[in-house]
Amino acid sequence: MGDLRAYAALLGGQFRSVTSYRASFVVELFSSAGATALDVVTVVVLFGAAVEVGGFTLAEALMMTGIAASGFVLGDLAVGSVERIKLYVRTGMLDAVLVRPLGVLPQLVLMDFPLRKALRLVFGTSVIGVAIALNDVDWTPARVLLMVVAPIAAGVYFGAIFVISATLSFWWVESGEIGNGFTYGGRDFTSYPITVYSGWFRGLFAYGLGFGFVAYQPGLALLGRPDPLGLPGWAGYSSPLVALLAAGIAAVVWRVGVRHYRSTGS
Amino acid sequence: MIQMKELRKDFSVRVKAGRLRRVKRTVSAVDGVSLDIGTGEMVGYIGPNGAGKSTTLKMLTGVLSPSGGEVSVCGLAPVPQRTRLALSIGVVFGQRSQLWWDLPLAESFRLLRHIYRVPAADHAARLRRCRELLDLDAFLDTPVRQLSLGQRMRGELTAALLHGPRVLFLDEPTIGLDVVSKQAVRSFLGELGRSGDVTLVLTTHDLADIERLCRRLVVIDHGRVVHDGTIEQLHSRYGSRRRLIADLDAPLPDGFEVPGATVAAVEADRHRVTFVLDDVPAGAVVASLVNAAPIRDLSLVEPDIEDVVARLYTASVSGAP
Repeated sequence: MGDLRAYAALLGGQFRSVTSYRASFVVELFSSAGATALDVVTVVVLFGAAVEVGGFTLAEALMMTGIAASGFVLGDLAVGSVERIKLYVRTGMLDAVLVRPLGVLPQLVLMDFPLRKALRLVFGTSVIGVAIALNDVDWTPARVLLMVVAPIAAGVYFGAIFVISATLSFWWVESGEIGNGFTYGGRDFTSYPITVYSGWFRGLFAYGLGFGFVAYQPGLALLGRPDPLGLPGWAGYSSPLVALLAAGIAAVVWRVGVRHYRSTGS
Repeated sequence: MIQMKELRKDFSVRVKAGRLRRVKRTVSAVDGVSLDIGTGEMVGYIGPNGAGKSTTLKMLTGVLSPSGGEVSVCGLAPVPQRTRLALSIGVVFGQRSQLWWDLPLAESFRLLRHIYRVPAADHAARLRRCRELLDLDAFLDTPVRQLSLGQRMRGELTAALLHGPRVLFLDEPTIGLDVVSKQAVRSFLGELGRSGDVTLVLTTHDLADIERLCRRLVVIDHGRVVHDGTIEQLHSRYGSRRRLIADLDAPLPDGFEVPGATVAAVEADRHRVTFVLDDVPAGAVVASLVNAAPIRDLSLVEPDIEDVVARLYTASVSGAP
């Protein structure tokens, strides 16, 4: 209870900090929503050039894009600011975080909570809305549940990826681009049906790292389509498990990383 | 209150060896430090740059995990019990802020009350005391980013004390401050130390901080303790003594001597004499001198701690392997 109030105080402090620069906050709020819109436009443009891509129509692909976009925004909103740990590690500012009686990860997340990204959430969910309207989904209780859970599971999954890639900075201070390859690269990967990729690349990202279970598999299950790549139907419902597994790995990597912190001279 | 036993911290660094090759080498920042600091002690922890002062402090506060040895603060192991320890210690890192950059100072204090779960009455009482002693009222409503360094440091001190810590760690609290702010910080810390219920460990490069505040002085160099004791012990160990300079109205008689003092210099046509006091009170020298020649002016020069410490640093450098 006491902890919750402490975290609420941190979030309140962050809120008052960003709103102390009012104009710049509003500009960032809208420009960040615009960035998400552009990602979806990319998908639409691609299907404008070809009626079908990877064996899927635009309407079908939008289901996956919507889950991926909503999930990414959820993960980004919740823990995306952990990226800033690079700055904290490089400057030694993490020292100040470590001497407070609260967890390191929640502090980092709340101290830099990206309120400016809040509008993206509206956009991500409305893509799902459009996808539901365009596709003739055969609603069963299981599918309704999956529709609610899949974007959240995707959010947990992306959150885990954010944490893992940020943790790299405990070992390599300038690890920014490697991490982005998995976070933003992962979002782009999951925005399309994975049938558009091929060979070892698809094997590694879709199955090795699990990105295939974030939006593609739940998308198939919602649309009621069998997987052209041969995974059974229940694979679409496994996305929460994959997300929890990723979160577990992220928690371990994070703990090891914090122990590895070297601080800086002062 | 604080125990360290053979505490070590090793860093591995990659050293350039040839064009592309890098060799991994281990450097000990703290190399077997054993110290025992009791409740209410005020300890000055000094050493040249890179001696391992900050690294020690970071291991005591749970920021860094030690590579070896044992450490306990308030009966807790700093890294595994970091969040519990944080409630009992206050930390001021001179170059890292605990305050919210964009918010008024008062707002930071309010947030810290929730973060440390301090009862409102205790918080208000402590804040009132700090406001009086540190003169905070003039800038309590100013955003931290607009504060001067001296004002900010006074804010940091308050922030570190609002949860009533039993141990206060200060890493270079007076660095970069002007004389007035330095005085304010020092007299505040002196006041705090006199109350006797806060243990205070401070690192500094400004030896005046130590002279004013700390009974106990720990000098560290190359990760090892090279002196642990009072300032007087440091002086007697390294042979620094007080000097008495007298201006006389008549020339000093030939062959004038005082037991326990040596005549270091006779100047100005024997009208000015400098004694080095080995083991004799200044009064005894003055008493003998009055009989020999009328005294116009006297000054007593305390040994300069900077000199002693500088000698100590160079000695340990040349003594290092």
